Amino acid sequence: MNNKEYKKYVQNKATKSNLAVDCVNAFWTGGTICLIGEVLNKLYTPLGLGVKNTSGLVSVTLIFLAVLLTGLNVFDNIAKFAGAGTLVPITGFANAVASPAIDTKAEGFVLGVGAKIFTIAGPVILYGTVASVIYGLVLYIVNLFTPVL
Amino acid sequence: MMDYIWAFVIGGLFCVIAQVLIDRTMLTPARILVSYVVAGVILTAIGLYEPLVDFAGSGATVPLTGFGYALACGVKESVAREGLYGVLKGGLSATSAGICAAMTFGLIASLIFKGKPK
Repeated sequence: MNNKEYKKYVQNKATKSNLAVDCVNAFWTGGTICLIGEVLNKLYTPLGLGVKNTSGLVSVTLIFLAVLLTGLNVFDNIAKFAGAGTLVPITGFANAVASPAIDTKAEGFVLGVGAKIFTIAGPVILYGTVASVIYGLVLYIVNLFTPVL
Repeated sequence: MMDYIWAFVIGGLFCVIAQVLIDRTMLTPARILVSYVVAGVILTAIGLYEPLVDFAGSGATVPLTGFGYALACGVKESVAREGLYGVLKGGLSATSAGICAAMTFGLIASLIFKGKPK
């Protein structure tokens, strides 16, 4: 085995073990956040808001917690370890809003906080919303050609 | 009890898929978030996501695909109610509370907390 091959071999081993560890951490942290969501869901259900609003309220609660933990500088430390485990749940979205908002204060409240708060949330909202518009258009056209029973 | 287990397992699996994508492809976290939301809309549109929500509860609604699910459900309902106008109105209406919460809490956080020194 020459130097080059050895390097490749080491790299291969290193990324592989990292991937496994990363995935385990992402799994249990992300799973735990969803589990907390489910607990909140059961807590909020007696409020009688309906299924959709109840899960909306769960999201709002998780967003609040994620923003708070971002402000306290705790979120980043968890995220370093959890990877996609904190990114994929709605907490990742909340962190992507709060983190640039807090860090760009020095650039002012209009073009700093006001603009940078949407650095990641903007694309998410834009493409998500436009995807829903396309879906809505398809539904509308299908409805036009479906005879009303 | 099973509700909690499935929420944990399905929610965890969504994160594992993203972790593999981050580690093995060029997808940045921002692109993952965008892809997940759009994937949620598409999966709901073709009828795959609703059964998953019934099955896994928060395991399906808490990941960002659930945000896409809410967008798609909202537009579906409002198209049925309001026709063409509903195409534009439905998605954001259904997700407005979450977006509004993130913006409001984010701005308040920027007022209260100190940023990291760069």
